[in-house]
This record gives sequence, C-alpha cells and structure tokens, in this order.
Amino acid sequence: MAEEMRIVLRNYGKIDPLNIEDYLKAGGYKGLEKARAMSQIDLINEVKKSGLRGRGGAGFNAGAKWSFSYNTGAEVKYVVCNADEGEPGTYKDRIIMENDPQSLLEGMAICGYAIGAQKGYIYCRGEYPYVVDILNQAIDQAKAKGVLGDFDIEVRMGAGAYVCGEETALIESIEGHRGEPRFKPPFPPVAGLWSNPTIVNNVETFANIPVILEKGADWYSSIGAKSYPGTKVLTLTGDVNNRIFIEVPTDTTIRQVIYDFGGGIPDNKKFKAVQIGGTSGGFIPESLLDTSIDFDSMSGIGAALGSGAVFVMDETRDIVDVVQRITKFFEHESCGKCTPCREGTKRMNEIICRLNSGQGLAYDLTTLEKLGRVMSVACLCGLGQAAPAPVLTTLKHFADDYSAHLN
Amino acid sequence: MSAYINIIQEYKDIPGGLIEAYHALQREYNYIPEDAIAEAAKIFGVSEARAYGVATFYSYFKVGERGRYVIRICESAPCHVAGAAEVVKALEQQLGIKMGETTGDGKFTLEFCECVGQCQATPVITVNSKPYLDVSPEKIPGILSECQ
Repeated sequence: MAEEMRIVLRNYGKIDPLNIEDYLKAGGYKGLEKARAMSQIDLINEVKKSGLRGRGGAGFNAGAKWSFSYNTGAEVKYVVCNADEGEPGTYKDRIIMENDPQSLLEGMAICGYAIGAQKGYIYCRGEYPYVVDILNQAIDQAKAKGVLGDFDIEVRMGAGAYVCGEETALIESIEGHRGEPRFKPPFPPVAGLWSNPTIVNNVETFANIPVILEKGADWYSSIGAKSYPGTKVLTLTGDVNNRIFIEVPTDTTIRQVIYDFGGGIPDNKKFKAVQIGGTSGGFIPESLLDTSIDFDSMSGIGAALGSGAVFVMDETRDIVDVVQRITKFFEHESCGKCTPCREGTKRMNEIICRLNSGQGLAYDLTTLEKLGRVMSVACLCGLGQAAPAPVLTTLKHFADDYSAHLN
Repeated sequence: MSAYINIIQEYKDIPGGLIEAYHALQREYNYIPEDAIAEAAKIFGVSEARAYGVATFYSYFKVGERGRYVIRICESAPCHVAGAAEVVKALEQQLGIKMGETTGDGKFTLEFCECVGQCQATPVITVNSKPYLDVSPEKIPGILSECQ
C-alpha cells in the first residue's frame, strides 16, 4: 500500500494558518535565514541541484529558471506567484494557501533574494476572495514580524480567465490589461512584468522551496522519480470513493492513486478512464494505469501531470458527452488572440456537439484528428496547444465511444 | 456618478490598478455599471474601448446590471458528471428564470461558470462568491431562503 508524504503540506492541520507564531515554532523562516547566509549563486545552484521542477504544468527546472533572471543584472526584478489555479478539478493551491500561507511567502522571499528582486506579487484567482483575505493577513503578520526584510509582497486578484494561468497572460493581467498571452521570446525571466525580469512560479513550487533549503538539495532529489523529484499534491474527483487531496512521491503510479488512496470506483462499477492534469490533460485507459505520475512518464504516454487533478470516470460514462463539456470549456476560454485557437476550439466543439447529438459522420473523426494535430503545434500558447489533448487521446483510446455516436 | 469616481480614484496610482478598480466596483454593486467604464477610462488615461475591452475580457466581471444575489453554477467536467444539470433545472424552476437571466424583482441572477476550485464536493454552486458544496435539487430551497 502506497503512503502519503507531506512536504508541501507539512504543516497542514498542525498550525493555525492565521498565526505566524505557529509557523515560526514549526521551523518557519529558517530556510530564508539559511538562504540569506548563502551567496545568490550558491542558493540558485542548490535549488537547481534539488531537481525541483515547476509544479504549474510546464515542469521547468526552478533553479535554472531563476538563474536566467539573476544573470540579467537588471535593477528592478519581480517574483510572481501564479495562484490562478483554474484547471477544472484542481484545488491544491487553495489547500496550500488556506492552510500554510507563510510557506508560500517564505518561498517567494527566498526566490527574491536569489534573483535580486524586492517585490513580489501573488496573482490569486478571483473565485477565491476568501483566500485573498488569508494571504493579506499572512503578509501583514510577516511584515509586522520583519521576517521578509526588504522584500514586499502584494496580492492581485484575477477575474475568471483560465488563460491567465499562462505566465505571460498573467503578467498582462497584473499590468491591468486583457489577459492575452505574449509572443515569446523574450521569456518572462528576461523581460516580464513591465518588461523587467520576472520569475513566475506556481504556489506549490514556492511552497517546496523553504524545505529544500532546510533539508538540502540531496535530500529532496532522492525523493520520488529521478527526473522529477519530490512530491505532488493531487486532487481526486469524479467516480472515485474518496474524493480527497493527497500528497505523494512522484514515483507513485496512477493505479495506486486511484485504488490505494482513492479507494477505487464506487458501487462496484468498473473503471473506464482517468483524466489527469486538469481539463487539458489526456484521457488514460486501464492498460496504462501502472504509469508513474511523474512529468516525464506521463508525457511518455501522451498524457500530462499538469496541475495534478485526477478525474476518474466509471464504465457508465459516455466519453463523448464528457469531452463535449471540455471542448465547450475551451471554446469559452480561448482568448481569441491567435487564429488556430480561436477558430480551432470553436470548430472542435461544433464537431463534438454534432457527434454527441448523433448527427456525426465518420468523416468528422478524421477532421477532428487533423484539426487537433494542427492546433497542438500552431497555437500561440499552452492553452490552444493542449486543448486538443482530450479529443486526440479519446479518439485513440476510446474509439468505440465515438463509433457508437456515428449517424 | 461621483460614487464611481471615488471608488475608481482609490486605485489610480496602483500600477495596473484598472482591474483592481473593477473588482472594487463589483464589490459595491455586484456588477460594473456601464457608465463607470467611461469614468475608469478617463481616470486611468486609456481609451474607452480599451477600458471596455478589459472589463469584458474577464468572466468574473459583469458589465450591466444583475441581481443582488448572483448564483453561479459550475459546469466543468467534475461537476457535470456529479449532476450539475439537475441543479440547473431545479434553480430555473424555482426561480422561474433561465440561465443568464435575472428575476423580475432584481433579486437573483443565474449564471454558468467554470471550476471554482471546490471539487472535493461536487456539484458546486456559489452565491455571491460563497461556495455551496454537494448541492442537490433538494438543497436549493434552503440555499435560496438564506438569501435575505
């Protein structure tokens, strides 16, 4: 039986999140103290060596990302926390921020010192006004206590745009604009917020940093999968007995997640599919359940770890009906800046609706596949590139569901 | 009109403060009054088109009136398979309006939304941003009666 390992959620249920004294008693801000006693280069190398990769979905080595900003030598730099979790079925960042907001602030302050930034922003989704209150209280306490030194943190509220999870769209939104992704390069670590070097990391990524400093890069890199070490917080939804959140080492398998932690499928029904990583993740059939959840293993089977959402479907679910919900989502959330995404998500939804209503023809399946392939390479940002994944993976693994809908 | 100006003015000197100003307006009125956009454009020194473009880009903002209680129903996949459609039906029936509409007395507005991040207990609805979990048609009368 696989077991949980709580690193990011180390203080969950053990401290009063609204009392900084509790966090300090639990060893909080020791990581920052240690970081500040190191040179910036040594600190960045330590984070690099830990192997920590971004927990927001792109999986880039965090220390390497930081080094790009450090190397710019610019005077003004920013640290931005992406707390705009909008992937359906995901609520892990909320759990972290509600239960241990100081560990996020500490992680950001460590990053600030490493790259030479004095200002941080937390971009928290508009659907979480109650989390914004918690963060503001935590920041006030940290300032009063003086633990952040000269590093300032401000909370900005998103306003319900899924695309703002993309880092350049998020930056546009903090600047007060429509959240449309930018052309890259330049990448944010070199030219981001108000054209200054900016590190954008996810809540979960930052919450890992203090522990890495405290216990060392070698300790961290020995946990879980070699190429994507550490743990991942997962949220289980759909047809699974335990609809819970868990934190597990990254070499845990999908089967263990669904059966050991999730308690399997309710009402003695059979498993049909699982979609991991949120709405843009691929659908995974029974035959691939022994895959480990780490980033590279998931990419290897044409799926994604993404946000860590685990959406389970039992044998009674009609895949085409679920996919229609997803294509509608992307049609709505496409920002409209680039043509392949704006038109592609619309046509994709149109075809899926036709299939779902029993009016589809075999020709539609070929078109869907071709459209999906084009979008995954031609769209400007991750939203459009990932949008076809649920369609393409279900066409591949659940072809029978589609055939059953054909006219 | 001057009430809008006072609210917006507070965010004038914050870099990128336009969105924060819209949040503040919406906290006050539950929506962004159409006239306030022209004021915001003036105060932030951007064109009206740009200010309008920002306000309408984000689904959390609503330009133009809506009810005192905005009920949003999540239609993302996890809520969908948990029975969100029945919740929609019950809300429409009991309020006598369709999704996207506001009751005649200006009390309730029904809207679809995407995931609100409370997926441990689906289906989920929010009433003025407050989440209600594990919602079923039977729970709707109780939730509505809380809105006084």
